Amino acid sequence: MLLKQIKTLLKISRPEEIMRRYFVVNGYDGALTMLGLMMGFHISDQVDLAVVITSCLAAALALGMSGLSSAYISEAAEQRRALVQLEKAMVHSLEESRHAQVAVWIPWLVALVNGLSPLLVALIIITPLWLANSGLALAIGPLPTAMAVALVILFLFGVFLGRVGGTFWLWSGLQSLMVALVTLGLIYLLG
Amino acid sequence: MANVQRLVLDVLKPHQPNALEFANAIAALGQGYRVHVRVLEVDEKTETLQVAIEGDGLDFSLIGAAIDEIGASLHSIDEVSVIGE
Repeated sequence: MLLKQIKTLLKISRPEEIMRRYFVVNGYDGALTMLGLMMGFHISDQVDLAVVITSCLAAALALGMSGLSSAYISEAAEQRRALVQLEKAMVHSLEESRHAQVAVWIPWLVALVNGLSPLLVALIIITPLWLANSGLALAIGPLPTAMAVALVILFLFGVFLGRVGGTFWLWSGLQSLMVALVTLGLIYLLG
Repeated sequence: MANVQRLVLDVLKPHQPNALEFANAIAALGQGYRVHVRVLEVDEKTETLQVAIEGDGLDFSLIGAAIDEIGASLHSIDEVSVIGE
């Protein structure tokens, strides 16, 4: 029943495009932030793994909350504006209609995508650190493994964007990877 | 008690849901409801429709409520066909 209602609201508002954009933009943000953090820890003197995990987790949560709140505020305002304009065109209140439900629920859905995208991406990247902390031996060490995971995710975001834009997937994947490597280089120079 | 067999309505609706989804929503209100939608005019944000509904014992209040829920607005009843019982 709830799923059917969500599907109906999605049909009316068609927010797929903006959700896809938010998913990629904020997911990319999350991955690059984690990569930067880990590179920072990697080039610093020996830092306790528990400290690294706590810092990364805090940053991941902050990214999630930032994504959730910023998308909700902006999307709620946009949807409200669209509803008022539609009511003007209809010369009729739409408060009892599905369009009013769209103005209430779609901002939450978009905000959830925007908030969960960086949070989940960050949690995936942190996973090798957790595994190492719980005693699992990683071949290249926890921080390089986590950074490798971040690079793979950034490459995959590039591939996804290439497919969305209809360009060659490998090229857009490599472009995305290049940005990540330049970021790593800059942080290395900083250290 | 009259049995409504056919209604032709003048309806203004937003572009979404589209005419097909609108017709499906009305047809789903009762078994044997046949809905014919004709788009008369398309504006920047709205469409004017002529909606012909046929069936045995059409429930006008249900149809009106569905039109409201879709976000459309009933402008006029242009044709009615009723059989007395």
